Amino acid sequence: MEDPNTTTSTSTSTDRRAVPVSSREARGPVLDFVGLDVLWLQVTGTVCNLACTHCFITCGPKNDSHPVMATDDVLSSLARAEREGVKELYFTGGEPFLHPDILLLIERALAVAPLSVLTNGVLIDPPMARRLHELSEASAYSLELRVSVDGTTPEENDPVRGRGTYHAIMRGARCLVDAGLLPVFTVTTVHAVYDRSDGREAFLDHLRHLGFTRPRVKFIPPFDIGRQARRSSRSGDRTTTSGVADEVREDSRYLRPDDLHEGEEWVLQCGSCRTVTARGVYPCPILIEEDGARMSDDLDETFVPIELNHSACTTCHLEGFSCRT
Amino acid sequence: MSDLMTLPGNHRRLAVFGGVYSNHRALDAVLTDAADWGADRVLCLGDVGGFGPHPDHSADRLREDGIVVLQGNYDDSVGHGLEDCQCGYSDPRDEHFARISYAYTLENTGDENRRWMRSLPRHVRLRLGGLRVLCAHGSPRRVNEFLWESTTPEGFVERLLAEHEADLILVTHTGLHWSRMLAGDPGRGLVNVGAIGRPANDGDPAVWYARIEVPVDDGARVRPRVEFRRVEYDHEALAREMRDERLPREFVETIETGWWTSCLEVLPQKERARGRF
Repeated sequence: MEDPNTTTSTSTSTDRRAVPVSSREARGPVLDFVGLDVLWLQVTGTVCNLACTHCFITCGPKNDSHPVMATDDVLSSLARAEREGVKELYFTGGEPFLHPDILLLIERALAVAPLSVLTNGVLIDPPMARRLHELSEASAYSLELRVSVDGTTPEENDPVRGRGTYHAIMRGARCLVDAGLLPVFTVTTVHAVYDRSDGREAFLDHLRHLGFTRPRVKFIPPFDIGRQARRSSRSGDRTTTSGVADEVREDSRYLRPDDLHEGEEWVLQCGSCRTVTARGVYPCPILIEEDGARMSDDLDETFVPIELNHSACTTCHLEGFSCRT
Repeated sequence: MSDLMTLPGNHRRLAVFGGVYSNHRALDAVLTDAADWGADRVLCLGDVGGFGPHPDHSADRLREDGIVVLQGNYDDSVGHGLEDCQCGYSDPRDEHFARISYAYTLENTGDENRRWMRSLPRHVRLRLGGLRVLCAHGSPRRVNEFLWESTTPEGFVERLLAEHEADLILVTHTGLHWSRMLAGDPGRGLVNVGAIGRPANDGDPAVWYARIEVPVDDGARVRPRVEFRRVEYDHEALAREMRDERLPREFVETIETGWWTSCLEVLPQKERARGRF
């Protein structure tokens, strides 16, 4: 009997040599590339108006290791993704709303596919929210605004995201709701309570209490890389794996060649996504500052299997995590 | 069990539905409506149980009528006695209701129907006026892939059609009906037939299925006509049954009002904004 799945690009990608996602010498499991379902665009690179302590890259006002992408480069990537039959687009940074042409880019992206914009919400005011709603209404595809916040109080959030940010984030989110949009609150579980069902329910109740009557939330595990790695090694917090002298513990941070489940290329987003920045193409948005993760300048050359030999890959594997909205 | 079933012959009128979710009363009404229309093939794209009362009623009816049924994620889970329905919710409220629904369905599905669910194909291929039609539950790629109207762009539809050598792909899994035909080739596209087990989150208790028809071959390139058919049924009687079975009042509310009260987490912005909750 013929199996419809044999006609997917999976069968061809396995014939090509896998590209490691870091410069680490040890081998990791090979993950097939099933096709470009998702394109991430690091539209503002590492440039951000905040400098969160848990950032898995080291985004901030002074970090332009990945600079803001030129508008034409974003547009050409969108056109390339459309030709490839992309399913979803993501704008991230840094803070995407620092891009001078962000509204034009959102409009053009929404002509191609559904778009998620990952923002801290601080720069969203009522006119911006109204314009975003207009762009959303004009498209056949969904516009998702993912607003990051890390707690239900300034005491929880501000030590992570910066003084005064809790109220600024909630003001931005309120503008979106008032304009008719339903933002997805994105919570990195740096506070262990949000790893538990009761903590998540409490978070949702809190949003309802604030008047967000139809709350949408995505919880994300912290990744022990970037600024978060420095933070966790100092504080010994829940995600700490750094500084462990024991070789066995060190090895356990990495996946072994036979660790992946059958079909995991459909679960891990890097089986079907690539990230474009001003500096090149990377397997996923989490690894853009990691040594050896840069795959190519050319998106076409990155549609190959990858070898998951970075410790962050272990987090996604163990948590069954996807960056998708 | 074979993953793929190929139906012989060429068809002209297909009646296609998905997501029965144990709503045997809606199923009866839809089968009657499809027969009155003169469908030459009736297809169910999977998820026979879940949400509603007495799951064996629906499974028995489908088997008695010889309907071609695909294996959805729910059928896979119930058939194999898996731990959960494979819906993968992270919202604690959605997860709570998904667990109740699955436990009830698993407990009340007979062994014979569970064996039948294990035997169902995952894909069906057939001809419709010469068009190559591929039926799947979520997508031709994954049984639990959600293809929503607002997150399935035209270029992606074109890619699926090419990768799976089809002119028309029929799916369900989301519970909401929609279609997208290619602007440059309107004879080809993707149809999500929706679900008949619960209403379409539009404030109307009626349910929907798809009628897909091709004209008599006149030598020209065939263009299928896709009509989504609204079907009323005795939803108040179903609600009474659900109460008697002590299913959650939130489920009953959906049947009575037409608004979804659970499984909301997976809805994209546009689809979520159209609902009440």
